[in-house]
Amino acid sequence: MSRYRLIKDRISGNLFLVFTHLSILTVVLIGAGLYGKSVPILKQSSFFHLLFSSEWKPFKNQFGFLTYIVGSLIVTGLAIVIALPLSLLTAIFISEYMPRNLKRLLIPFIDLLSGIPPVVYGVWGVLTIVPFIQDKLAPHFVEFSSGYSALAGGVVLAVMIFPLIISILLEVFNTVPQELRDASFSLGANQWETVSHVVLKKSVPGILAATVLAVSRALGETIAVLMVCGNQALMPHSILDPVYPLPALIANNYGDMLSIPMYDSALMLSALILFVIIFLFNGISRIVLYRLERRSYA
Amino acid sequence: MTFESPHIRVKDLNVHIGDHHILKNICLDIPDKKITSFIGPSGCGKTTLLKTFNRLLDRDKEVRVSGEVLLDGEDIYGRQVEVTSMRRKMGLLSQRPFPLPMSIYDNIAYGPRIHGTRKKKELNQSVEYHLRATGLWEEVKDRLNSPATSLSIGQQQRLCLARGLAVEPEIILGDEPTSALDPLSTQRIEELFLQLKDKYTIVLVTHILRQARRVSDYIVFIYMGEIVEFGPTEELLLNPKEKLTREYVKGYIS
Ligand SMILES: Nc1ncnc2c1ncn2[C@@H]1O[C@H](COP(=O)(O)OP(=O)(O)O)[C@@H](O)[C@H]1O
Ligand SMILES: [Mg+2]
Repeated sequence: MSRYRLIKDRISGNLFLVFTHLSILTVVLIGAGLYGKSVPILKQSSFFHLLFSSEWKPFKNQFGFLTYIVGSLIVTGLAIVIALPLSLLTAIFISEYMPRNLKRLLIPFIDLLSGIPPVVYGVWGVLTIVPFIQDKLAPHFVEFSSGYSALAGGVVLAVMIFPLIISILLEVFNTVPQELRDASFSLGANQWETVSHVVLKKSVPGILAATVLAVSRALGETIAVLMVCGNQALMPHSILDPVYPLPALIANNYGDMLSIPMYDSALMLSALILFVIIFLFNGISRIVLYRLERRSYA
Repeated sequence: MTFESPHIRVKDLNVHIGDHHILKNICLDIPDKKITSFIGPSGCGKTTLLKTFNRLLDRDKEVRVSGEVLLDGEDIYGRQVEVTSMRRKMGLLSQRPFPLPMSIYDNIAYGPRIHGTRKKKELNQSVEYHLRATGLWEEVKDRLNSPATSLSIGQQQRLCLARGLAVEPEIILGDEPTSALDPLSTQRIEELFLQLKDKYTIVLVTHILRQARRVSDYIVFIYMGEIVEFGPTEELLLNPKEKLTREYVKGYIS
């Protein structure tokens, strides 16, 4: 009997180990595969040249990624700037101010929102945000904008990651012990003082982690952004200009353009760049998180 | 048992949580500047009763509190009562210490700051005074800016006590404040309580009868949401009037 249990314990332990290694291995393999495919173009021109040139002329064998990288960063930046403060306020309200029974009603609804396929958000963006920018917003600032713009991409992305951030933040606030709030209340603090000095402070690492997840999600999002951001490989002068983020470049061209020499290698390199950006970003935020936890106020 | 002018007087208090009747017809006088202990098996409602005293309970919609809790004769459930200034009159110690996510200094200064003390000098004085009052000063004076979580659990609990004292309360509520502590830290907290009762009314929930005997002047025995017996410590422990009390303290006596 006890032997049987021992064996079962060993097997399950080893199984978990195998799966953990498999998932790490997958990531490594993807990275290595992308690198392998990018080698031809890297042999032809230097990595830094590719990164910081904005000349994209595949027929002349010029592949500069700068406009795409800038496009990705602008759209993601906009999305975070719009979504983070709003979802922080919303999550605080739901978690700290809303009666519990209402909360129970609302939370499944938010989870549902984060399950809507991106293409639906894309269509919604085309039908509402794009015309709004074209007709109502842009005329105040620039001579012409088709509405398909970095701003449209940012707004659609923001709306998309909004429920995701709220869900994570609600989890984060939920892990703050009620007794900690009570401790603050019992000193005569009011709700807002308790939220701002205790709950938020305690949640800083969690809020950071939520932001990291949101940024990674936003950087990688393809279809919803691609539908509204215009997809023109020009350096944008304002957020009302079209942009061409990296995922859109890959999705739009993979398959069609591969007869052009070096094109597939260029696309693989762009995937690798995306991969590295997300990796670096996650790595940096890990370090920040680690620092925060070591200071361990939270 | 009733008193001439109790610090807290509870009248016909009933607490329902959802469908559960948690506290039933509680009538109780807590005497001024004495230590009163609540004892009883776990789940009998000690924590709930304690929390009704500073209204930490009725923020939840599912909780219904009826009856009166009079603090110096004024009903804290009355309409005109400002909850924050009422809570301030009672320091709270919970089962485990919960230091606020900030430095040792800021933990103590938190209350005074909220209530409007801005001057650095006054804050410094308050922090030092209350750290001394809880015997922490010598231990932490060189690291006031370290996170409060860097202290040992026993030190954290004394910090929480100091933090509560810094808003100058009249009452200290302790909910099994030593249950997470080692014997030595427990002893320190008990000694502090005995010192503090000159100036404060103390209500202590405990499931350790020895502790109740060591520190309290009066004991309230609660069972299934009702007060079974209330009396002076020795009398209740050694000469209980009720059969239930006798059975509960029997394990302790023998
Ligand atoms: N939020 C709650 N919802 C439902 N029941 C509760 C809640 N809080 C406490 N209770 C119930 O109230 C009773 C008294 O709890 P409590 O006051 O914590 O007991 P004690 O502190 O004496 O161990 C218990 O039976 C407990 O299950
Ligand atoms: Mg309890």
